[in-house]
Amino acid sequence: MRVALFVTCLNDTFFPATGIAVVRVLERLGHTVDFPTGQTCCGQMHFNAGYQPEAVGLARAFVSVFADAETVVTPSASCAAMVREHFSYLADQSGDGQLASDVAALVPRMFELTELLDRLGVEDLGASYPHRVTYHPTCHALRLLRVGPIPERLLRAVSGLELVELGGAEECCGFGGTFAVKNADTSNAILDDKLAAIARTGAEVVTALDNSCLMHIGGALSRRGASARPLHLAEILAS
Amino acid sequence: MKPSFPAAARVALQDAQLRTNLAAATTTIRRKRAAVIEERPDWEELREAGRAIKARVLRHLDHYLVQFERAVQSAGGTVHWARDAPEAGAIVAAIVDATGAREIVKVKSLTTDEIRLNRTLSAAGIATVETDLAELICQLAGDEPSHILVPAIHKNRFEIRDLFRVELGLPGLSEEPSELTAAARAYLRRKFLEARVAVSGANFAVAETGTLCVVESEGNGRFCTTLPQTLITVLGIEKLVPAPEDLAVFLQLLPRSSTGERMNPYTSLWTGVTPGDGPQDFHVVLLDNGRTRVLADEVGRPTLACIRCSACLNVCPVYSRTGGHAYGSVYPGPIGAILTPQLVGTHAAGSLPFASTLCGACADVCPVKIDIPRVLVHLRARVVREQPGAERFPMRLAAWVLGSPRRLAFAQRAARISRGRVPGLGAWTRTRDLPPMPERSFREWWE
Repeated sequence: MRVALFVTCLNDTFFPATGIAVVRVLERLGHTVDFPTGQTCCGQMHFNAGYQPEAVGLARAFVSVFADAETVVTPSASCAAMVREHFSYLADQSGDGQLASDVAALVPRMFELTELLDRLGVEDLGASYPHRVTYHPTCHALRLLRVGPIPERLLRAVSGLELVELGGAEECCGFGGTFAVKNADTSNAILDDKLAAIARTGAEVVTALDNSCLMHIGGALSRRGASARPLHLAEILAS
Repeated sequence: MKPSFPAAARVALQDAQLRTNLAAATTTIRRKRAAVIEERPDWEELREAGRAIKARVLRHLDHYLVQFERAVQSAGGTVHWARDAPEAGAIVAAIVDATGAREIVKVKSLTTDEIRLNRTLSAAGIATVETDLAELICQLAGDEPSHILVPAIHKNRFEIRDLFRVELGLPGLSEEPSELTAAARAYLRRKFLEARVAVSGANFAVAETGTLCVVESEGNGRFCTTLPQTLITVLGIEKLVPAPEDLAVFLQLLPRSSTGERMNPYTSLWTGVTPGDGPQDFHVVLLDNGRTRVLADEVGRPTLACIRCSACLNVCPVYSRTGGHAYGSVYPGPIGAILTPQLVGTHAAGSLPFASTLCGACADVCPVKIDIPRVLVHLRARVVREQPGAERFPMRLAAWVLGSPRRLAFAQRAARISRGRVPGLGAWTRTRDLPPMPERSFREWWE
């Protein structure tokens, strides 16, 4: 299968290792990965922050870059949810009929990485990661994509990996994009409880399907000198 | 003008007692709710039915309101229409004045809190007694309620003991919940028996029959709607359901969502006046106060389907840390963050749509399936349009950079040279480190 990778602007800039891990995992499975270089961003930040016209512009660019892709994969649950759940709304609101039909054509081909692996029937990637790991289900993976137990199933198949359950896992970490800056105090109060739950697991690594949430969690772990560190799930699967 | 949400939240977050009370209370209610919903395999169908009924009511509200008015009138009641808070207050004050009463009893009603009815009546020389235990606590403490369903969620029993000792003149009172309740009960019984006028809200109003419905747990609503000679019910125009059988849906959705009970202890239903039984003088005040504006906006409209269960408050990561006062409105939490700015305008509540991480927990529990995150984002766009803030320039700049892969690649190189030191990130780096800049971007690796 030919898979077009949407790496996301955040991963492209700050977490290239996550994108590289996706390429390795899919190639290991015998698939061909394309990286359409015209890609930039899905517009999630602008959409969520109320910059709708800017988000429409980015959505138009996105559908045009990936128009010919057979399958699109992204290592970000929130970006996948942006395309699948919000692009059609944006198209309706802007009254752009062409965008609406392009979106309708793209949505069935758009997947978050673990969703795609599940669809491909992957159970074991032959990965080895001998560490104590806890999984934080990010809100958009949990409540918009509803990936359910797929990520944990993939983690359990990793050789040597000890998966420990995170208390209050379904609670938001307090990131919320610009929320983390606009409402920094509340964001930190929510984050405090997530960090305490992570500490209780005794995990060396906290993993998730979104580097944005992990950047928020990891930034505080690092500041506080905590022993746990963040790592995107793709990178564990590629190890 | 009210302080912005971030400023009010900062104050609330420093109150360790409040955070402990909130965490305990919201966690308990959340668990109870989850348990009673688990046992209903048809929960999703019930939610869909609730959503659909409310959507129909809102689409044909003009029809149902007139039908309701006629039904109330033919059952012996009087219907008043109030455009806004001052009109509604004046109507209620005039009705009370005509009876000569100087003190009235009240059943917990958010709608009357919304229009500050107690203040209006007090200015007219009429005292009000809140008869819901938690509302009474707030009233005696001179506090605003902080939760839709558990208005005194911010107070624990020790704080309530101290309050009752002073306000009810019971110096020997202990903090035992049963003793606190008995003290309030003795005080309220006297008030119920003396009252000539009661004011209530309504959970539902049936258009076809003119029937009003109040759902409660303490029996105070039953006292208020049956004992006094005059009863005044104030309700928002969105509270209608078409027919009595629609109550079957909502009376299942509401208690399970709000208190985590299969059925609430008291459900009072009444239609107009019954000679010789209950209030002989019955008035309904139908309140707009911004609701028709909400109705006119298709994306915002489902906000009016809310049945005030407060399930969204209890699961909200923001509300459960800050509590209700930070929202500066009688409608706190996620539903307040979308309802308040629509009722009062974004100029007065522009920070509320941003008081959410968009985690979606609220939408998952909403018994009438209001897509709260969607409305939040819609209102954020309105705020940005109507009163652009300081972040407009960086957001537009970011959109321009992201508008082209070449500009993005250039910005990535620039960020690497400055080692991620971007101005304006102080609120981030105060408590969190930035991730280290990688050697090269993904697109550079790919090439």
